[in-house]
Amino acid sequence: MGAGVIAMEQSTEKPKHLLDFQGWSRAQVESLFETARMMQEVLERPVKKVPALTGFTVATVFFESSTRTRLSFELAARRMSADVLSFSGATSSMAKGESYKDTLLTLDAMGIDAYVIRVDAAGVPHQAVKWLGKPVINAGDGWRAHPTQALLDAFSLLERLGTLEGKKIAIVGDILHSRVARSNAELLPMLGADVWLCGPATLLPGELPKARLTTDLREALQDADAVMALRLQKERMDKGLLPSEPEYIAGYQITRERLGWARPDAPLLHPGPMNRDLELEGTLAESERSLVERQVANGQAVRMAVLYHLLVGRRG
Amino acid sequence: MKGELLIKNVRLLDSRGEHGKADVLIGEGKILGLEGGDAERVLEADGLVLTPGLCDPHAHLREPGQEVKEELATGLLAALRGGYTDVASMPNTTPPVDTPEAVMALVEKARNLGYARLYPAAALTQGQEGKLLTEARLLKEAGAIMLTDDGRTNEDAGVLALGLSYAASWGLVVSVHAEDAGLRRGGVMNEGPLSYRLGLPGNPAAAEAARIARDLEIVRYVMSRREGQQPSTLLHVQHLSTRRGLELIRQAKAEGLPVTTEVGPHHLTLTDAALESLDPVYKVAPPLRTQGDAEALMAGLLEGTIDCIGTDHAPHTLAEKEQDLLRAPFGIANIEVAWPLLYTELVLGRGFPLPTLLERFTDGARRVLSLPPVRLEAGAEASLMLFDPHSERAVNPAEFASKAKFSPWAGWKLQGWPVMTLVEGRVAWAHERLGVGT
Repeated sequence: MGAGVIAMEQSTEKPKHLLDFQGWSRAQVESLFETARMMQEVLERPVKKVPALTGFTVATVFFESSTRTRLSFELAARRMSADVLSFSGATSSMAKGESYKDTLLTLDAMGIDAYVIRVDAAGVPHQAVKWLGKPVINAGDGWRAHPTQALLDAFSLLERLGTLEGKKIAIVGDILHSRVARSNAELLPMLGADVWLCGPATLLPGELPKARLTTDLREALQDADAVMALRLQKERMDKGLLPSEPEYIAGYQITRERLGWARPDAPLLHPGPMNRDLELEGTLAESERSLVERQVANGQAVRMAVLYHLLVGRRG
Repeated sequence: MKGELLIKNVRLLDSRGEHGKADVLIGEGKILGLEGGDAERVLEADGLVLTPGLCDPHAHLREPGQEVKEELATGLLAALRGGYTDVASMPNTTPPVDTPEAVMALVEKARNLGYARLYPAAALTQGQEGKLLTEARLLKEAGAIMLTDDGRTNEDAGVLALGLSYAASWGLVVSVHAEDAGLRRGGVMNEGPLSYRLGLPGNPAAAEAARIARDLEIVRYVMSRREGQQPSTLLHVQHLSTRRGLELIRQAKAEGLPVTTEVGPHHLTLTDAALESLDPVYKVAPPLRTQGDAEALMAGLLEGTIDCIGTDHAPHTLAEKEQDLLRAPFGIANIEVAWPLLYTELVLGRGFPLPTLLERFTDGARRVLSLPPVRLEAGAEASLMLFDPHSERAVNPAEFASKAKFSPWAGWKLQGWPVMTLVEGRVAWAHERLGVGT
């Protein structure tokens, strides 16, 4: 890492945590993206490692299981030479009834410098901030927020589109239960985009502050500059929120034909993991329109930037 | 006649209004007179206000079986410190209070404690399972003051109709947690713009309104089968939280239906905006609603559509409340702060008439429980609250007698704190600064 990045860091007042985008300004997000672009360069080197976080210990605390996000964060931390402590609620004392607070305080006693927390219920990362004196990064809390996913989505969109100013971004699927949709609906408008959220009426919230909501897929996709499909949890059918998979496919599957309603070359995103042939038609994820692999690669650079901003910023 | 305690220069306040200063002589469990006299102990109470003891139609004291959250000894002491002399306890315990023996055991234990007086509510249905009715007559003989499946909702309209009809024949009021379980689903906060944004399951106002509308229809039906028999109250709707629910009850009362309702201190002083903190301390059922709902409830309390304050004191352990918002249990412990909170926020903050607020804390609640009103006059039972309208003190949950030593109002600066509570003439609790032993 160059010294220039550090100098830039010290010149701005940064949020201490990444829980959602409250307290984050557009300038801070853009500064984060600048760092992420430097991290991309690091990731293209033969030796993909820098000493930026040497001596720091990052704990990934996953009360809800997730492979991809956890691996992405851990690799991001290791590539900056941080030590990584990996905690998984499913296989630990949480299963014996230990509380979030006790678990986190136990980890804190081990000398952790930053926490990456994933949990199936909204608000736990906020609570953790009250219990811990260290930076907390929300790796997804319930239906509420998944800010690093939104950052990597925005970053990938910026790479492809150049700017988000005035761009129409359509997000399609189970909006109600989606932290990805909520975080994108918070971040993308901050960067100038018009966000359209589209899904079955039973899977849409009543409103979200900066987004347009619609049940009409054509309205959402018409002239869109980018389209994101969300994963459909099969348990929605069990809870009676959707009649069936064929019903969803008929109304909301992103097909080649429907993608034609968007602008030519409008990229297609998906946060993964995908249900092939459910939310996306066949091989669309591998098409030239797809940003799916780019999203995964950028996820690492963006998470490196987040860790760097929160940890190194604090030391200074 | 020589009294046991003389309270000098104290302002008198009951539901009828303020009655100036008096020297209140207490003995033999009664108010002996208001014009002084000899007493064993004399308390100079200049600047303090004496009122009838507060009455709570709705508290969760958790005995039997949930003593980790609260027990009679802590809950009834907390009540005393909140100015309460009379408390109705809810039967959603482990096991539920659904037998005469269980009711008698609670009554006996509370009597021996000598704190606030306990009036157990018993389950409306066996095991609170919503199927088979409990023994209303035997429960009443044992000391039950109302029947309720509170803690659960009465999903079977037919069972509720039978229960209302049968309980009424023995003079017992039935109280209901009026929320439609299907509409409520897994809601943990008020459904609205904030729940959508926070990604938390919402509990819509419609869940309460729909259930109240149904229950009022059941009352109309039950009444139609009881020609000529007009109970003073048949159905008591607990913890009203919505403007729409209030409108339905206002209309029902205008029709003359024997229906009463209560509102909790939290629904008057907090709104769903508090959930922005994502702190489960604010998780309660029904949920904190909007400012518009809170304003409507205050108006309803003032006009009398809302008969009384019911605390819905619902203590849990800190560990339980430090879970996440989906898993933490519903409930706020508040019996120790209810009076100073509403005195400060409503009377001092909004000009709500003091005698009206007191009525909702005393005779209004007593009416729901078919207890006689209390007047500050010679011969009246001396179950009384003495409070300090001036001194300001911040809410400090660490000092609570309740086992739930945390509070959504922690740090709020309140006036009107009770300083002494008498039960049947006896000083059951007094703040140490008064220098009055118990």
